[in-house]
Amino acid sequence: MTVTWATHEADYFDRSTAYLPGATVLDHEIAPREGWSGVVRAGHVLTLVDVGGNQSGDCLIYDAADHEVRYSAQATLVAQRHAYLVDGSVLLSNEGDPLMTIVGNEVDRQDTIGGACSKESNTLRYGHHTLFHHACRENFLLEGAKHGLGPRDLVSNINWFMNVPVEADGTLGIVDGMSAPGKRVALRAERDVLVVLSNCPQVNNPCNDFNPTPLRVIVTDPAVEA
Amino acid sequence: MTDDRGAGRRSSTATLDQARDDARGRADTAVEAMPYLPPSASPYAPAGVDPSTLVWAETVAGPGYSHMTVARGTRIRLEDVAGDACAHVVVLSALNPGERLNVADTQKIPWQAYLGAGHPLLSGDGRVLATVVADAAGGHHDAFCGVTTLAGNIERYGAGAAHTATAAGRELLVLAAAKEGLTPRDLPPSVSFFKGVRVAADGALEWTGDGGAGASVDLVAEMPLTVLVANAAHPLDPAEGYRTGPLRVHAWAAAASSPSDPWWTATPERTRAYLNTDQHLLARGIR
Repeated sequence: MTVTWATHEADYFDRSTAYLPGATVLDHEIAPREGWSGVVRAGHVLTLVDVGGNQSGDCLIYDAADHEVRYSAQATLVAQRHAYLVDGSVLLSNEGDPLMTIVGNEVDRQDTIGGACSKESNTLRYGHHTLFHHACRENFLLEGAKHGLGPRDLVSNINWFMNVPVEADGTLGIVDGMSAPGKRVALRAERDVLVVLSNCPQVNNPCNDFNPTPLRVIVTDPAVEA
Repeated sequence: MTDDRGAGRRSSTATLDQARDDARGRADTAVEAMPYLPPSASPYAPAGVDPSTLVWAETVAGPGYSHMTVARGTRIRLEDVAGDACAHVVVLSALNPGERLNVADTQKIPWQAYLGAGHPLLSGDGRVLATVVADAAGGHHDAFCGVTTLAGNIERYGAGAAHTATAAGRELLVLAAAKEGLTPRDLPPSVSFFKGVRVAADGALEWTGDGGAGASVDLVAEMPLTVLVANAAHPLDPAEGYRTGPLRVHAWAAAASSPSDPWWTATPERTRAYLNTDQHLLARGIR
């Protein structure tokens, strides 16, 4: 019953390049439906490439030295008084400290309202037959466990390349994305941060265009020539 | 902060007899912000509620915090006495604190960003922790902004520590959590009652004000529930100074939601959330 389809290779894929020049510290392709985590050092830039287009990358960020200091969607939105993440948005911690800054963004806006999918919430959203579909919360828990993180460390996340409009009456939800193959977002670490990414496995709504595809993570050091 | 005029040196406390008399002579002082014990003796028992069913009665100072673990079926009324309170609330399962308020799911699963009557407060585990069963605040609530931080309040007001008159909401929630055996890890994004925010067409967060003096909301605990409340100025409150006021809390033994409640069947997503919750408790022998 497990739903596993995904597209690992296609002629429309665009793996693009790092957004900013600098020596490559890491270059990793997150396969469809998989998780990834790693520490990005202060000053380094993480470029996330939407290889197949409209592929949600669910993202949590922690201070690498103190995991109790973690990304706060609410603090971030309050500081910018705006519901969406855009070029220049500073991603703040629960204590109001900058964790990362969006230094490049090739889609209109990025989401941090919609949260992550889970097996359990899938049962509410799509019916109990979806309990066994893979989900971002599974990836978060598995990747987080490598760093001593568990359910108590999961908070509202960022969904790179996902589109969640809010209408005047408060109606909100996930609709078709605004991204395309090769589109990028680039994040500069403002301190050493642990980044946890789930390449979203969801196949019951348009957050992945109903077809999970790869995400490419490139970390560069702008202070060192390539 | 309540001005407790009974505090401070009042008489000689040089001997133990004097010190004991002085300490005991301080009791029976009534101030604005205090708990009422037994709860059935609350001077502010809600109309229409049998006082003998009250399990929690308190006026929380502004700024201030409170916390309680309550049984399934407890109905909790929060009242903004003077129109200046803001109740920042986190709820967690008392059975497993890893199951706690998930603001994203609370907005996404009902397809509705704004809190109002009938809105479920969902956990990240596909269940309902509590339901907003009544809203006498005209929808002046917010699930986008959360609480202020120590650093932010120092910048805006000059101070933000929990014991100051301009306490940051997060500092207060950290204390409320600690009293329930929880740590900062256990503080997810929160929801705020009595101060409203809306998202404009361009994405800007717009302040919509308050529900006025006497505004209230009622929550029903759908499972054994730990409730953390910080009464602190809203981060987007445009008031010149730090705006806060007393928050009244009354809770009484009532009933968890059932299929006959309109919010149970309001949307198919909510129906399944209540079914998941009921099964979770059924298996544990909790009715």
